[in-house]
Amino acid sequence: MSRDVAIVGVGQSTFFRNYEGSIRELAFEAFREAIKDAGITPADVGASIICSAPEYDKQRSPSGLMAEYLGLNPQPTFAIETVCSSSTTGIRVGYSLIKAGLHDVVVVLGFQKMSEISSADSQERMGRGADIMWESPFGTMMPAYYAMHARAHFNRYGSTEKDLALIRIKAAKYGQLNDKAVYRKGLELDQVLSAEAVASPLKRFDCCANADGSSCIILASAERAKEISQKPVWIMGLGAATASLTMTGREALDGLNSARLASKQAYEMAGVGPADIDVAEVHDCFTIAELMAYENLGFADPGKGVELIREGETYLEGKIPVNVDGGLLSKGHPIGATGGSQVRTIVLQLRGEAGAMQVPDPEIGLVHNIGGVGIYANVIILGR
Amino acid sequence: MGFEKFGRVSFTAQTKVGNFVDYLEKGELAGTKCPKCGRKYFPPRADCSWCPDSTVAWIKIEGTGKLVSFTRVHYGPTGFEDDVPYTLALADFNGVKVFGRLSKDLDEGQTKVGMEVKAVTAFLPGGQLSYELVPV
Repeated sequence: MSRDVAIVGVGQSTFFRNYEGSIRELAFEAFREAIKDAGITPADVGASIICSAPEYDKQRSPSGLMAEYLGLNPQPTFAIETVCSSSTTGIRVGYSLIKAGLHDVVVVLGFQKMSEISSADSQERMGRGADIMWESPFGTMMPAYYAMHARAHFNRYGSTEKDLALIRIKAAKYGQLNDKAVYRKGLELDQVLSAEAVASPLKRFDCCANADGSSCIILASAERAKEISQKPVWIMGLGAATASLTMTGREALDGLNSARLASKQAYEMAGVGPADIDVAEVHDCFTIAELMAYENLGFADPGKGVELIREGETYLEGKIPVNVDGGLLSKGHPIGATGGSQVRTIVLQLRGEAGAMQVPDPEIGLVHNIGGVGIYANVIILGR
Repeated sequence: MGFEKFGRVSFTAQTKVGNFVDYLEKGELAGTKCPKCGRKYFPPRADCSWCPDSTVAWIKIEGTGKLVSFTRVHYGPTGFEDDVPYTLALADFNGVKVFGRLSKDLDEGQTKVGMEVKAVTAFLPGGQLSYELVPV
């Protein structure tokens, strides 16, 4: 197990439908919390990595702005982008900067103010998230792609709309415990199943909400981590993989191959397997994405993921608690901030600081963060 | 130029495989094939990344395909609001996959994964051209 790079500070803004402030102020909310959590000052930071999906930013090249506003001049800063997985890609890059010996403390700041642009502009940009030559001209959208994966999974394995609804009900239960979540109401099975269709078989509550939010993760070398932190959380394993943007380039739609490959790498690097994971955060932008994650991460065999949710095994008391902070479905999904928020949750869990959401004494946690419909996948394994 | 004619809403006009729309106009769905390694590409590519080589030739995507998956879309992105509901689908034509819309005439209840479809040219308002998947 690798103990070369640790997480020494975590922070997250509340996630909002509509944040009433600028992107710099939004970023500061997570940064302030993380810097205080680490017990350092901006002068201790060697470099910053700024993660957002730039199509939502009016500010051109926001990294420069953020470095100034966060008090991180004259240290180097730059942007990292893999849409919804940007901030875990930022962590991968930060890890490598520290391992290479270039810096000993790196800030990974993720943010997205999706309300920065009008809803119509946002929809127009989302339409261009697919291959603009060959798929966008048909009127594609994110829910449609995940819906096609859901239909393929149903068809191959006999999973159902009700199984997906059970995942949303779990998310809604834990969203009520998370004071940083956008959606904090409980949901009943009937409500979820009778909601209007968005892209069949996905309905309203199968989809997460757009949100404004920020996250901040502070990484340190082993030496610095031991000086700074009483409770460092170690990056044990990292995995990253990609898959074709176009659906025509995929073998099958009943799982995400990039996630399979990324998890295999992360398990190998960490020297652990799926059965060793005590708590997990998976990228549930849609309910079907969580079901596929159970299988792609090896928590269940292919086609058997439904048994985990039907039997309550991914609840807090279950065999493998998943998204017990409400997940993207309840927290909301501020693109560039999402991965960092997932990492923060696991760090708090491993430190025993997750409050009402705390899993009993976890030692190893996992983060699964997906960009687009599995175009990009990052898996990170963390340990105490 | 020329490729701006492809699709309900076009996002780009310039590509080396713009002739795709000329084939569509003749009622043909065209892909490309690398003469060196024999790989077939749909959507068509000007370049084979495997070889790598840029001397691809046009081929026709013919016969019937099987539906891999589909979804009935009820909220369209900007520019597609008036089209809803419509069905997006992926079909497998003997190992070459085609992404597109299913015929509007097909009821969702009658649409099944595995059903056989063929690709036909769709002549859209404003002189735009596309293709759609229709049941055999």
